[in-house]
Amino acid sequence: MLKVVVVGNGMVGHHYIEQLVASSVEAEITVIGGEPRPAYDRVHLSEFFAGRSPEDLALTTREHYIEIGVEAHFGDPVARIDRDSKTVTTEAGRSFGYDKLVLATGSYPFVPPVPGNDHDPCVVYRTIDDLGNIKAQAEGAKIGVVVGGGLLGLEAANAVQNLGLETHVVEFAPGLMGVQLDAGGSGMLRRKIEALGVKVHTSKATEIIEASDHGNTRLLMKFADGGSLATDMIVFSAGIRPFDQLARDSGLVVGERGGIEIDYHCKTSDSDIFAIGECALFGGRIFGLVAPGYRMAESAVSQLCDDKQSFQGADMSTKLKLLGVDVGSIGDAHGREEGSIAYTFSDERIEVYKRLIVSADGKKLLGAVLVGDCSDYDTLLQYFLNGIDLPADPETLILPYNAGQAPALGASALPATATICSCHNVTKGDIVDAMDAGFYALGDIKGETKASTGCGGCAALLKNIVDDEMSARGLDVDKSICEHFSYTRQELFHLIKVGSIKTFEQLLEKHGRGRGCDICKPAAGSILASLWNDYVLDENHVGLQDTNDTFLANMQKNGTYSVVPRVAGGEITPDKLIVLGEVAKKYNLYTKITGGQRIDLFGARVQHLPAIWKELVEAGFETGHAYGKALRTVKSCVGSTWCRYGVQDSVAMALYIENRYKGLRAPHKFKSAVSGCTRECAEAQSKDFGVIATENGWNLFVGGNGGMKPRHGELFATDLDDQTLIKYIDRFLMFYVRTADRLQRTSVWMSNLEGGLEYLQQVVIEDSLGIAAELDAQMDNIVGTYQCEWKTTIENPERMKRFQQFVNADAEDDQIVFVQERGQPRPATEEERLQLMEESA
Amino acid sequence: MSQATICEQKDLIANSGICAMVEGQQIALFYLPKETPQVYAIGNWDPIGKANVLSRGMVGDINQRLVVASPLYKQHFDLQTGECLEDNEQSVPVYKVELTANKVVLTL
Ligand code: SRM
Ligand SMILES: Cc1cc2nc3c(=O)[nH]c(=O)nc-3n(C[C@H](O)[C@H](O)[C@H](O)COP(=O)(O)OP(=O)(O)OC[C@H]3O[C@@H](n4cnc5c(N)ncnc54)[C@H](O)[C@@H]3O)c2cc1C
Ligand code: SF4
Ligand code: FES
Repeated sequence: MLKVVVVGNGMVGHHYIEQLVASSVEAEITVIGGEPRPAYDRVHLSEFFAGRSPEDLALTTREHYIEIGVEAHFGDPVARIDRDSKTVTTEAGRSFGYDKLVLATGSYPFVPPVPGNDHDPCVVYRTIDDLGNIKAQAEGAKIGVVVGGGLLGLEAANAVQNLGLETHVVEFAPGLMGVQLDAGGSGMLRRKIEALGVKVHTSKATEIIEASDHGNTRLLMKFADGGSLATDMIVFSAGIRPFDQLARDSGLVVGERGGIEIDYHCKTSDSDIFAIGECALFGGRIFGLVAPGYRMAESAVSQLCDDKQSFQGADMSTKLKLLGVDVGSIGDAHGREEGSIAYTFSDERIEVYKRLIVSADGKKLLGAVLVGDCSDYDTLLQYFLNGIDLPADPETLILPYNAGQAPALGASALPATATICSCHNVTKGDIVDAMDAGFYALGDIKGETKASTGCGGCAALLKNIVDDEMSARGLDVDKSICEHFSYTRQELFHLIKVGSIKTFEQLLEKHGRGRGCDICKPAAGSILASLWNDYVLDENHVGLQDTNDTFLANMQKNGTYSVVPRVAGGEITPDKLIVLGEVAKKYNLYTKITGGQRIDLFGARVQHLPAIWKELVEAGFETGHAYGKALRTVKSCVGSTWCRYGVQDSVAMALYIENRYKGLRAPHKFKSAVSGCTRECAEAQSKDFGVIATENGWNLFVGGNGGMKPRHGELFATDLDDQTLIKYIDRFLMFYVRTADRLQRTSVWMSNLEGGLEYLQQVVIEDSLGIAAELDAQMDNIVGTYQCEWKTTIENPERMKRFQQFVNADAEDDQIVFVQERGQPRPATEEERLQLMEESA
Repeated sequence: MSQATICEQKDLIANSGICAMVEGQQIALFYLPKETPQVYAIGNWDPIGKANVLSRGMVGDINQRLVVASPLYKQHFDLQTGECLEDNEQSVPVYKVELTANKVVLTL
C-alpha cells in the first residue's frame, strides 16, 4: 500500500487527510504534528477569549484518527527529511518511511528584531498554547499593545480588549490593514476602531523595549520618532513566516523570501514531496488564508488519483468582522491596474466607506473595499469572480438604497460556474445539479453539496439561489417551518384560528405529518396560547413547551433554574424586597439585579421551584414570564412624581402597560419602557414599543431592539392621550402576533414589513385592512383571561408531579454542585465539580 | 442483568419525560402513548451540555427517528439508539424498558 506521511496537523494538513481518506486512494497514512494536540480551528482562535474552550475549537480527535485508520503522533516535530532513503525523523529520534511526503507545516509569527523583544510579557498569537501565554501575561495587567495593524494584529487587539485591557495598536505603516484596504477604507476603519476604545498609533517604528522601572507598568516601548509608550504586555503580530527550514535543510527549492516552491500540482522540486497551506509558495506568493490551503490539499490528493486537478492560485478576497467592524476587500483594492476608474462613497455620520475599482471601459469590476457595511459583499464578489458585466451606472452598487435603485445582482444573473460556497468549493451549477437530482429542501441541498456547512458566510446567497431556482421551475418556494408542516408561522396562525383548532394533535392530523419536533411544537403552542389563552401546562399543551415554559423558569447551564418574579415597572416595596431576600437565603439562591429592572434568583433545583413560588405568590408576587415568548418587562423612570423634569407619571403608565400585556404569548419575547420626559432615562427607544411623555400626552415608538442587532424604535404617533395610546399598542401587538414569523422580534418583523412604518400606521390608525375591531376584541379577550401560571400550578397537586427530581426516589441530583463566590453560590466549573465530587466520594 | 419496577403508568407524562434513579444512575423515561413501544429510556446526562437534563427535553421525530431535543443546546438524541443526530461522536446510553400491567419495568 502507498505510504503517505503528512508533516504538520494544522487546518490544511487535517483537510488533506480527510480528503485522502474519502478518496479512492488506498493509502497507509501517518501524520506527525508538532503541536501537542490534533488539528483545531485557528481561524476562530479569538473566540477562546469569548468563552470557547480548546475542545470547542478542535477539528478532530485522536480517537477519530484511530477510527479512520490514521496513525497520528503529536508533540514531536519532524527534524529531518532524508530524501534518499525516503524517511523522516522526529526530534525524539523516531523514523517513518514514506512513498509520498506532504509538508503542511504552516507558518509562525514574525517577531521584529527589536532589542528587548524577549522580555516575558512579549508574546505571539498563533496557537492554543499562545492563548495560555497571553492569558497568563494579562493577569494583573492593565495595558496591552499589539505590534502590527494588519488583519491578524486587529484580531489580536480584539483578544486583548476582550481580556479587559486598555488596548493599543502600533503599526509601522501609515494605515491599518494596508494589504487589503486603500487609504480611505483604512481611515474609516481606524475611526471605527478608535470609537471602540482601541488606541491606534501608525507610522511608528519601535526601536527598543525596556523593562520599566518606574510607574506601575512592566515595559516601556521607545519609538524612532522619540515617542514612547508604557505597557504591561506586547503581542507581536507583524506578519507570518513560512515554516520551511525542513525543506531548506533537505535541499528542496525555497523562495528568496521563504516558502517552499510548488507547481500547479502542489509538488515541490522533489516529485514525491508535496507542500500545501501556508508553508507553500505558489507563483511567488504565500496564501495566508485557509480556503486556498484547502484547495491545495484537494489538488495534492487528486495527484494520487486518475482525475488530476491543478491548483491555479486563489482569490484572496476576504470578509471579516474585526473588533465588531465589518470589513471586506475584493480583488485589486488599491486600483493598481492601469486606467482603472474608482467610485467612492463615504458617510462619516454612519461611518461607512465603500469603494469600487472598475476597468477602464467601465464594464468589469476589478476590486472593492467595504468598511462598516458589508451587505453588498456577496453581490460584488460575484461580479468580480465571474466577470459579469456591470450595470451602466456602477456607482448604484454602493450607493445607499434610497438614492438610486441599486440593481442588486439577482441569483438568476449568476453563471453556473459562479462559486457560491468558497469553503467547500461549491458552484451554482453544483446546486442546480443537486436540485435536478430531486433535492429541493435547503437541508438536503446542504447535505448533498456541503454548501454552507463551513463558515456559514454563504447561507444567504445559497438560499437566494435555491429560492430563485424553485420559482424558475414553477415550484413553490419552501417556507415550511420544519419537516412536519409545509406552512409558515403566519399560515399556521390562520389555519388554527379559522379551523378553531385547540390542540397540537388536531393541527398535526389536519395539516401536518409525523409527530412534530422542538421547532413546530413551541410555535404551535405559542399560537394556541395567543389565540385561546389556555393555561400553558394544560395536559394538551404540556408536551409543546420548551423546558423553560414547562417548568415556568429558565434552565441554567447546570440544569438548575432561575426564578424571576414580576416587578412591574421596576417599582417594589421594601416588604417585598425583604421577602425576596428571605426566600433566596432559605433556598440558597444567587441574587442579581437584572438589566430589566427586576431581581433574578438563580440556582433553584427543579424540586424546589413549587415551594419557592408558593412563598412568593403568598407574598403577592406573580410570575415574571422570563421563560416565555411573552411580555418581559416594562421599564420606567421615576417620572413627574419625583423628577424635576418629568412631565407625566411614567411609573403609573408603565405599571398599567405591564399589567395589561403580562402573559400575552407572541412569536418572540417583547419589551417596553416608559420615560417621563425626552431625557429618556428608561431607554424606551430601544424597546419593542416605547412610550415617551410629552407636555401634551405620549409619543409612541415601535420596533426598537437592544440585543444582538440594536435598532432604534420608529416614531409611530405623537401626543396621544391615554386611551388612544393603549388602543394603538393593542393593535400593534395583535397585528405582530398574527403576522410575524416564529422567533422574529418586532424589529426584524418591521424591517421586513412591506410598506414599513407607513403601512403599519395605516393598518393601526386608519384601519386600512378593516381588522381593527377584530384585533381589539382579541386583545380584550386575552387581557380578560389572564392567570398567573405559577399560582395555577401550585394550586393543582396533579401539576406538581412534574417538579419531582426522581419519580422513584427522594434524592437530589448530586451532580449539581455549587461553590461560594463573593458571598453567594455559583455553579462549580466542570473542573471544580469533578474535584469536589471526588473529594466527597 | 437486573430488572427493576420503577413506577406506575400513571406517573408517566404523555408526550413528555420524567426522570428516575436506578442503581445510582439517572434515567430519562419518555412516554409516547401513540407509538409502539410506548416507553423509552435513555441516560439523563447530556454529554454536550454536561448536566442531567435530557428528561426535560422536548420529544418529536426528525427524519422518522424518534428523538428528544436537549433543553440546553438543542441537540437531538435518538430515543432508540442514543445517537446524537448533530454530532456522531456523542451518544447516550439506551436502556431496555417495558410497560407491563401498568408498571414500568427497566432492565439494567
Ligand atoms: C437576567 C438577564 C441578564 C441580567 O443579569 O441582567 C438576562 C438573561 C437572559 N437573557 Fe437577556 N437578560 C436580561 C436582559 C436583557 C436585555 C436588557 C433589557 O431587557 O432591558 C436585553 C436587550 C434588550 C432587548 O431584548 O432588546 C437582552 C437581550 C437578550 C437576547 C437578544 C435578543 C435580541 O433580540 O437580540 C437574548 C436571546 C434571545 O432572546 O433569543 C436573551 C436571552 C437571555 C436568556 C434567556 C438566555 C438563556 O436562554 O438562558 C438569559 C436567561 C435569563 C434567566 O435565566 O433568567 N437576552 N436581555 C436580564 C433579565 C431581564 C429581566 O428582568 O427579565
Ligand atoms: C488569529 C488568527 C486568525 C485567522 N483568521 C483567518 C480568517 O479569518 N480567515 C482565513 O482564511 N484565515 C485566517 N487565519 C489564517 C489561517 O489560520 C491559516 O491560513 C491556516 O491555519 C493555515 O493552515 P496550515 O495547515 O497551512 O498551517 P497551520 O494551521 O499553521 O498548521 C501547521 C502545523 O504544522 C506544525 N508544524 C510546523 N513544523 C512542523 C514540523 N517540523 N513537524 C511537525 N509539525 C510541524 C505547526 O506546529 C502547526 O501545528 C487566521 C490565523 C490566525 C492565527
Ligand atoms: S445574560 Fe444575556 S448577555 Fe449575559 S450571558 Fe446571558 S444571554 Fe448573554
Ligand atoms: S463560504 Fe463558508 S460555508 Fe460556504
